[in-house]
Amino acid sequence: MIDAKIPSGQLEDKWTEYKGHCKLVNPANKRKIEVIIVGTGLAGASAAASLGELGYKVKAFCFQDSPRRAHSIAAQGGINAAKNYQNDGDSVFRLFYDTIKGGDYRAREGNVHRLAEVSANIIDQCVAQGVPFAREYGGLLSNRSFGGTQVQRTFYAAGQTGQQLLIGAYQALERQIALGNVKMYSRHEMLDVVKIDGKARGIIARNLVNGELERHFGHAVLLCTGGYGNVFYLSTNAMGSNVTAAWKAHKAGAYFANPCYTQIHPTCIPVSGDHQSKLTLMSESLRNDGRIWVPKAKGDNRKASEIPEEERDYYLERRYPAFGNLVPRDVASRAAKERCDEGYGVGSSKQAVYLDFAAAIERYGKIEAGKHGADHASAEDIRKLGVDVVKEKYGNLFDMYEKITGENPYEVPMRIYPAVHYTMGGLWVDYELMTNVKGLYALGEANFSDHGANRLGASALMQGLADGYFVAPYTVGNYLADEISVKAIPTDHPAFIEAEKAVSDRINTLLSIQGKTTVETFHKRLGKIIWNKCGMARNAEGLREAIRDIQELKAAFWSDVRIPGGVNEFNPELDKAGRVADFIELGELMCIDALNRNESCGGHFREEYQTPDGEALRDDANYMYVAAWEFKQEHEWELHKEELVYDVIKPSQRNYK
Amino acid sequence: MEHYNMNLTLKVWRQKNKDSKGNFETYKVAGISSEMSFLEMFDVLNERLITEGQEPIAFDHDCREGICGMCSMYIDGKPHGPWQQNTTCQLHMRAFKDGDTITVEPWRATAFPVIKDLVTDRSAFDRIIQAGGFISVNTGNAVDANALPIEKRKADDAFAAAACIGCGACVAACKNSSALLFVGAKVSHLALLPQGGPERKTRVLDMITQMDKEGFGACTSTGACEATCPKGISITNIARLNQEYLVASLTASE
Repeated sequence: MIDAKIPSGQLEDKWTEYKGHCKLVNPANKRKIEVIIVGTGLAGASAAASLGELGYKVKAFCFQDSPRRAHSIAAQGGINAAKNYQNDGDSVFRLFYDTIKGGDYRAREGNVHRLAEVSANIIDQCVAQGVPFAREYGGLLSNRSFGGTQVQRTFYAAGQTGQQLLIGAYQALERQIALGNVKMYSRHEMLDVVKIDGKARGIIARNLVNGELERHFGHAVLLCTGGYGNVFYLSTNAMGSNVTAAWKAHKAGAYFANPCYTQIHPTCIPVSGDHQSKLTLMSESLRNDGRIWVPKAKGDNRKASEIPEEERDYYLERRYPAFGNLVPRDVASRAAKERCDEGYGVGSSKQAVYLDFAAAIERYGKIEAGKHGADHASAEDIRKLGVDVVKEKYGNLFDMYEKITGENPYEVPMRIYPAVHYTMGGLWVDYELMTNVKGLYALGEANFSDHGANRLGASALMQGLADGYFVAPYTVGNYLADEISVKAIPTDHPAFIEAEKAVSDRINTLLSIQGKTTVETFHKRLGKIIWNKCGMARNAEGLREAIRDIQELKAAFWSDVRIPGGVNEFNPELDKAGRVADFIELGELMCIDALNRNESCGGHFREEYQTPDGEALRDDANYMYVAAWEFKQEHEWELHKEELVYDVIKPSQRNYK
Repeated sequence: MEHYNMNLTLKVWRQKNKDSKGNFETYKVAGISSEMSFLEMFDVLNERLITEGQEPIAFDHDCREGICGMCSMYIDGKPHGPWQQNTTCQLHMRAFKDGDTITVEPWRATAFPVIKDLVTDRSAFDRIIQAGGFISVNTGNAVDANALPIEKRKADDAFAAAACIGCGACVAACKNSSALLFVGAKVSHLALLPQGGPERKTRVLDMITQMDKEGFGACTSTGACEATCPKGISITNIARLNQEYLVASLTASE
């Protein structure tokens, strides 16, 4: 069993006690201490800005052309915080409880309670920075509700909450750059962690413009590099989102925890063909008003409008009468897959279900007509009034849908299908967000700690900013307080030379293969294996096959990949090749982890472990642990377990019927 | 919607690096589906070029859902192509028909030098933000978020200005390569909010100074920026910027 170093004492006192007793670094010493931060999304930008403000010498890295591009920017719906501005019974404890339950009892109580505690500070900080959250006419902040909760605690900025929060953090970061406290390295990719005497002491980074390798020293290294959803090839992640930095850390000794916990979001625009490069999310909020259905008859090729009401199967309402279309993400996704697998899917690919707003348009239309005293309004007038209401609520999403599909969702139902969206697994970290490698931290989606086996909507933004603004400044300082006597290690130290040589050798090997198959082709093949066998539903036989398939794919990749261009130039194909090579190795570990976990929980659904009604069946007696994997050698990992102890919450079976 | 396939001729700007002289190359692409995005059409072409032993075309892209601001192609004389309020990544091939010839160039501006092919260096925008595009509030200094009510209309206007994705299409569309819509959007976002008040004057002066230093041109109010902006940022933000600048210049104490 591994120790997460959770402070002792009452749950609600742990973080306060920790802050009151952690070690501090005085300002004169902070100036001499260097911190490396990789990734500039919500976690990275907020950590870089906050540590820069404290006076540390920070170096920040991102692979995009500007820190403002990081994929946090694409988050739509909102950010949770236990403000209780609505007076509807919210509290730190409720946010903590909802998050633990939503995660299907596979997250750490200590971390999640801290997250709930600092959530309110995040909103204050963001407003002070000028983040333009939605407001009511009285000038106060507006809230809306999200899945898995009974209160309104979600703060938002139209459908662009991630963008506005990231711009806030980005501006704080740019201010520190201007002040000389942070040095920014854009279009740079981290390709290895440098360890000296067991501690992380720097990184090897590649300048993506000219291909040069660079050595950077840091007293500590923070990885804020996001999730690994692109292992599936198709996901809602950005094209560049990758696991490489986290994977290099893993190969250098950091444990990788719960890699099989992946979130498949139920409402995304479906795949339209083999050319598809990414998938686009349609916000969870749409399920408040849209009804999900498929035809009752298999292989029904009629248009939606030609299928009469009695021949439609509103399968979520049928299976889950209590929650209907608002069941949690994992349940809704599996139900859509089940219908399509059985042959009831719609659209040309048959891998889609309808999300229909006709009933909502009629309902809102009648309400509006009633408000205007038009008791005998024509069906056409009612429809027009209803469309206006739906437009105000979801207009930007409907427009995006139409741009992508060419179909008008006010006229015909949306076609949607589940897609990979978020990864709950990640680098194992202790309470201080430090990996098992001293001085190496993981923040935000890159770590595993707060969402258990399923993340609730509007909680990713909260966690990224909590880690960066309010947790790391204390916990990293607690470590650095013991490092003040360590002088900056010159980068001609043998550990740097050796790490750089290994990186360089690997790049040269990749380029020397000169095979016949493109990087993209390998990535697509990997995605198909993982999606089919380690996606929404998994079983032992399929996972064993997947492991074999991935091992074969790896061998094929390293003997047949074709990468154009050279080393010392702008070469996106080479960058991508390195990332795909890492995804292939991660894919194998995901399947090993999924095979090891003989239970179903949250986003991990093993077909062998379900209730008679087809619901996820946990096995708390045997699997109430974090699976933290240590890399040993190719195809070989050792499992370390961190026991999950619930002092405050009693785990129970989730039921949505 | 009926889908169709098309054969197209692409004239694409190729440039090895920032120092080399670029030129147009012509490529034929066949069997392009109307359901593809414009960048997916480039993916198809690049896969073919790699298989044929040629260098793929370098272009910037990341989120592919119109929000990160990284994609940046100048298509048939328009930044981000023919659709209104749209980014290159959200442009879909049904905007074109069989037999079309499409010309694709990088953003053209002194302040955005070409790195390779269609990729440009837009770090000038980051440096303009560094000059003053922020509110100076360290982590931990904030009061309760609802302690400061903000008139809804002002908050909405600030949000509309803050929706800028920093792609640089406004600069690429402008015959003078002016960055005034970008700067105007940021100055407006922060000037409309009470939190931005204390630094209001220095912000606008410093950002404009930096903008000039980066080599962006002058604004002659043609409105090309607003017409091309994928997020519909209004040119009234430039008017507000001018007003802020004037007031700051006349009353600056230093």
